[in-house]
Amino acid sequence: MPITYTSNEQIEVYRFSIPVTIGVPIAALFFQAFLPRHFPFFTYFDLPLLVVIFFAIARRSQVTGLLTGAVIGLAQDALTSQPIGLYSLTKTIVGYGASSLGVKLDVENAGARFLVTLFFYLLHEVVYFTVARGMLKMNMHYTWQHELSSAVLNAVVAVALFAVLDRFKQRT
Amino acid sequence: MENLVTRYRNVTILVAILFAQVLGLAIQVRRSSENQSSRLIRVWVVGAITPLEKCIVWSQGGISGIWHNYVYLRGVRQENRDLRDEIERLRLEQVRLTQDAQQAQRLQSLLGFREQFISQTMPAQVIGTSGSEQSRLIYIDKGARDGIGRIADDDADIDRDKDRGDKEKEKGRDKGKDMAVITSAGGVVGKVLYVNRSSSEVLLINDQSSGVGVILEKSRLQGVLKGTASGKVVLDKIMNDEKIELGEKVLTSGGDRIFPKGLLVGTVSEVSSGPESFLKITVKPAADLDRLEEVLVITKKVEQAPSVADEGPIRAVDILTDRLPSVPDKPPADSKPAAPGGTATTSPAAAAGVKAQLSGTHDAKPAGTPATTPKAPSKPAVVPTGMTTKPAASTIKTTNSTTKPAGTPAKAPPKTDSTRENNPQ
Repeated sequence: MPITYTSNEQIEVYRFSIPVTIGVPIAALFFQAFLPRHFPFFTYFDLPLLVVIFFAIARRSQVTGLLTGAVIGLAQDALTSQPIGLYSLTKTIVGYGASSLGVKLDVENAGARFLVTLFFYLLHEVVYFTVARGMLKMNMHYTWQHELSSAVLNAVVAVALFAVLDRFKQRT
Repeated sequence: MENLVTRYRNVTILVAILFAQVLGLAIQVRRSSENQSSRLIRVWVVGAITPLEKCIVWSQGGISGIWHNYVYLRGVRQENRDLRDEIERLRLEQVRLTQDAQQAQRLQSLLGFREQFISQTMPAQVIGTSGSEQSRLIYIDKGARDGIGRIADDDADIDRDKDRGDKEKEKGRDKGKDMAVITSAGGVVGKVLYVNRSSSEVLLINDQSSGVGVILEKSRLQGVLKGTASGKVVLDKIMNDEKIELGEKVLTSGGDRIFPKGLLVGTVSEVSSGPESFLKITVKPAADLDRLEEVLVITKKVEQAPSVADEGPIRAVDILTDRLPSVPDKPPADSKPAAPGGTATTSPAAAAGVKAQLSGTHDAKPAGTPATTPKAPSKPAVVPTGMTTKPAASTIKTTNSTTKPAGTPAKAPPKTDSTRENNPQ
């Protein structure tokens, strides 16, 4: 069973150096903005979201998780022509949710990470579409096939990305 | 109460932040396009991300430049020969088109037309995207510092902005707003949304918030081109009973005051019935919006009536001379046979005109080339209908001193009596 329930005492809380805390989200934003120029299909991925999930789970602090989501989402909003706050709001919720999950469950192995990313990607999309359509009256193109395939792709990438980012973890 | 807040501290913070974000969104929606409050965040983030993008694009350009300009030069000699042949052919063609253009200018002047001409463009490199499927915009490597946003008397203002505070920076972002962006082949890409100091944001025509005034080339129907959520481009506001052909070219109408008239936007790829008795026309953009690398920003447009000062008033005797049958001049003894694709030999006067044009296009007044030309010289010179709607070519003056014809879609020149065209009586 990849996901196991653990008590707070059993769960390890990690921290990250300041260069990693700042550099990794900026790198994620950079690749998210730069790579679609060469590979248009890259818009399927949401690297900033994956970074939010990773930091939230590793730090296991709900406040830190939601703040990480809010800041990264805000920066992602700034690169688009949409109103500021759309990505920020959704990533705040994801950050809070992922850190809450991290407190309760051990999600260190690949299977758990795949499932957690899959879930939070879909949650992200649901919140995003709800706010965009309900509040901003934006016309959205929405198909389940597209969302599911994007979720699976992001989950696969997350497994590899999290393995790389594990190297920057520091035990508290 | 205090205990309750302490106990649910995390949830309280979450709710507070979400509330602040919802409030911020609501304020932005209420203020619509005038989102001054959020500009600063955009300036900071774009300022952090675009230098990295520019750096990588610059490195890529350098490496590929070394490869293409120094290492990989196979076939250049043959290509050079082919290009020379092409230039010769185009020179001959230009003589004929120049005459057509002058004639059209005279007619437009008589009808009191005022047209927009592209007088200056700036080449720019695409360095990034928004990274989101919901927002289709690109970043280019030219900003206020490079001259984007310097419209007429704003030059001094932009320079002053560099030394001012953040509020002034925000204002500077609006200065180049709505400048048209096209590809070097003439396909419409979008318009400048914001201008930063060293980069600009360009809203693509397939974004759902964009709109372009367009006209169909053959049917002359006008509509509004819009992007959809899925990234397609559709033509709006055309009635169901109109007949639209697949493959018909879609050109800018000039009605939006952003894109000069006659630029190629794309071709009609699908026509179906839409809501409210309008057709749903899908357009395939002429520019490959997913793989843009270099674009041209139209930094200056000139609106003027076509100049006919050099030609003088048209005399009745000239029109009569054109209409009356005449014996063509004998070609000179040393003249060469007609070039492939060309029509006939060029008279010395016409050749001199070509040389003058080729050497002096940058400073010359923009010469519009109408898409509609008289089908035969013997027909009456005045063609009032159609002139109002047919696109006119424009002269582009790029900052690197290359002149390219823009706006007029590729169209085969009408067949005419070559002797009369190239050897004016």
